[in-house]
Amino acid sequence: MGTIIFLIVFPLIAAVALLILKNDGPRDIVVKVSAALIAVASIILVVQYFGDGDRYFDVDGEVIGYLMMAMEIALAIVIIWLGIKYKKILAVVLAAIQTPLMVWFELSTGHGITVVNNLYVDRLSMIMVLIIGIIGTLICVYGIGYMKDFQKHHQEAGDRRPWFFFLMFLFLSAMFGIVLSNNLVWLYFFWEITTLCSFFLIGYNGLFHKKHEDKVATRNAFRALIMNLVGGLGLVIGIIILGSYYGTLELSTMLKIGSMGYSVAAPAIFLAFAGITKAAQMPFNSWLLGAMVAPTPTSALLHSSTMVKAGVFLIIKLAPVMGWNVAGIMVMMVGGITFLMASFNAISQSNAKKVLAYSTVANLGLIVACAGVGSPGAVWAGIMLIIFHAVTKSLLFLCVGTAEHNIGSRDIEDMDGLFERMPRLAMFMMIGIAGMFLAPMGMLISKWDAMIAFVDSNNIILILIICFGSAATAFYWAKWLGKMSAIVAKEENIQKSVHKEEWFSQGTHVVLVVLLCLCFPFVSSSMVVPYLESGFGSAAGLGLTSYDLIIMCVMIGALILIFAFFFGRTNKRIVPVYMAGAGKGDNLTYVGSMQKDTQVVLRNWYMESYFGEVKMNVIGVITTSVAIVISIGLVLGSMIGGM
Amino acid sequence: MLTAIISVIAYLILAPLIGGFLAGVDRIITARMQGRFGPPVLQPFYDVLKLREKENITVNRVQDFYVICFFIFVVVTGGFFFAGGSLLLVIFTLTLASVFLIVAAFSSGSAYAQVGAERELLQMMAYEPMVLLTAVGFYAYTGSFRVDDIMQGSNMPLIPLVGIFVGYIFILTIKFRKSPFDLSMSHHAHQELVAGLKTEFSGRTLALIEVAHWYENIFLLGIVFLFFVNGTILMTVIGIVVCLLAYFLEICIDNSFARMKWQVALNSAWIAALVLGGINLFVIMIG
Repeated sequence: MGTIIFLIVFPLIAAVALLILKNDGPRDIVVKVSAALIAVASIILVVQYFGDGDRYFDVDGEVIGYLMMAMEIALAIVIIWLGIKYKKILAVVLAAIQTPLMVWFELSTGHGITVVNNLYVDRLSMIMVLIIGIIGTLICVYGIGYMKDFQKHHQEAGDRRPWFFFLMFLFLSAMFGIVLSNNLVWLYFFWEITTLCSFFLIGYNGLFHKKHEDKVATRNAFRALIMNLVGGLGLVIGIIILGSYYGTLELSTMLKIGSMGYSVAAPAIFLAFAGITKAAQMPFNSWLLGAMVAPTPTSALLHSSTMVKAGVFLIIKLAPVMGWNVAGIMVMMVGGITFLMASFNAISQSNAKKVLAYSTVANLGLIVACAGVGSPGAVWAGIMLIIFHAVTKSLLFLCVGTAEHNIGSRDIEDMDGLFERMPRLAMFMMIGIAGMFLAPMGMLISKWDAMIAFVDSNNIILILIICFGSAATAFYWAKWLGKMSAIVAKEENIQKSVHKEEWFSQGTHVVLVVLLCLCFPFVSSSMVVPYLESGFGSAAGLGLTSYDLIIMCVMIGALILIFAFFFGRTNKRIVPVYMAGAGKGDNLTYVGSMQKDTQVVLRNWYMESYFGEVKMNVIGVITTSVAIVISIGLVLGSMIGGM
Repeated sequence: MLTAIISVIAYLILAPLIGGFLAGVDRIITARMQGRFGPPVLQPFYDVLKLREKENITVNRVQDFYVICFFIFVVVTGGFFFAGGSLLLVIFTLTLASVFLIVAAFSSGSAYAQVGAERELLQMMAYEPMVLLTAVGFYAYTGSFRVDDIMQGSNMPLIPLVGIFVGYIFILTIKFRKSPFDLSMSHHAHQELVAGLKTEFSGRTLALIEVAHWYENIFLLGIVFLFFVNGTILMTVIGIVVCLLAYFLEICIDNSFARMKWQVALNSAWIAALVLGGINLFVIMIG
């Protein structure tokens, strides 16, 4: 219990300290020490409750409840003020509806409902705590070095790093709150804080800049804010329905009611809707794409361990009441379509951050679809995807950030010869990319299991989606992998200027990626399977056998060995590449027509006419919107009919 | 367990022999269709032996590593298949192997090899959905992804999976890299991409790739065989005959079509997967 409170409160204290500190030296120390403490505390939490399984905590929530309500009102006032200042009426309207509605409910109906267990720990929240506590803090450490470079590039705006690190740590605190709160009103409070944090982080280059405002940053920040406020409104409606019709505000009670055979589709569909907005599913995916204007640590944080993971976390929590009901069908349709369309989208992008963003949206789509199917096998895949995606995607963002600062571009086409210029970074990126789609690595294993779960649930649409989506996924990752591996010519090594914090953070990520792949049968049997047993009654129907998992581990081991023995070793004579006899011998130029030396330029395929961004987004947004509107309409209709 | 070990060992020894022999037959039939006499049937083996004698040159220090990985994982793929493992495991391992070959080509930094690699990737994207649907079809019909379970079945999967069978035969043209879909590399004489993907491989490395393809072809035909399994000797014989016929069909297609654009490969393979695979799957799942 103490550890839980530490995890929620301590990042908050660190955040405030970082807001006050103005100098590099003390800030570096505070970030590193706090990061280490948070990471250790999250491990301690897992060790502490590992034997117990699920634990619920009866905390006296009276005072805390009022405190939260006061903060919510304050946050709403901030949003309304900013909305008026930047003339974003929609944000004002949403805040003006949402917060009074919630406050009214808490003071009236909600006041009469006693919440026994405000906090809890189960295997899923332990997994999330580890992701937030380790990946989240590693990103903060990376931020130390990155933000020094960033500051050099953006001198004119003044040093706003205290604000940046304040937001990062506040974000971690709120995330711990989300995954450890059983009381949905508390969860809503933390949920809104993450919305606001991401709003300020995305708008880092725009908001509050008097002279040098980056208009795009401001616009994208408000887009994120508005979409997440829509989701927040969904959460409020879900909580109100749950409180008024079912007389509870506890997530665990709601799931228990659902598992006894009563329909909880009405609150579930609204909670899932909130999750869909936060997880940047279509039709709300544009906010996450817009978020890439922020400094890279922000993107890494939003994409891997926080924000979008809060969305899928909530939907995975709801999985036991999903399946073939309105809520479940909506969730699987939205997730499935998003997975397919976002995967196609990623093919047509050359901006590395955009490829990563679409891949995040796609993978979250797959997780959401798994939760919608709601069988233990599908949820196993969903949780495994959350774990592997968090580590791998974070690694990739950090690598792209470092590459951008050193080669001056985040375009994949400019990463030609990175293998020579920044060998270590290129190697890290290649491991990350391989981790996203290749066989013995975690993401692929999860996808494999998801496929089996879809077949088992006789869901032909999802089967087709995952078959075509996987093909597209392999295409866009492999062409990037190829670009990374290309050895163009003798180039200068420029990776000496990378900050040591960045190497540390990336190196730890790489170790984690490989370690997780090696010991994931253990993660499965000690964390995920027990969670499924307590949430679903049994973990029967898992598609993968331990035999399959062990084969995968052996393959990883074999790859490491082959790498150690054969990589980069050759006693062959090295010759120039073939250039139809017209090469100049440096692999870069050939004698063209009129005896002119011509440079060789190689570009990847983007297949704009097939997978153009606009086309894919239009199809995805329309179909998912229709799915959401029809499903919510059906639920509301049956509620009104039932009254 | 024992049969699994025996069949894996048999595969490791026999697959390159049969694969090489089939490649030789391919060259003779092709030659006869073109009005030539053609090389001796053992020519592919002579080629590989000759490649091993060539000077040891390479374009960079890492390419051989990727090619070795490609070879190992192609062999492992077939190993999983003949050991009776899961079809999905087999498919994913094959994807890993293919990606190693593609990365090997990319790493050279050579224009011909890279364009070939991009095309190879495209071909992969084209056939992947149908290959996955084939595995799903077997699972939906027999209740297992595992080859050894499918081999135990007493009902021939061909009739209920006929759509998937046709779809699989269709994408086999792409997998064998036969015309009209020999976009990424080709056995035929000088073409616009030189040897495409294979341009920068030489000597022992190229020999390794040739042998890997023999392994790969045998196990791809092994999947064709799975459609005919029902436990009787008669169907085993028919299955093997159909595998040979399928190979002959691919040779005929190879020789009667000019190469087509990559758009045709992607469109036709995806439509085949969607229509043949999708409808077939729908019918089984409803039943």
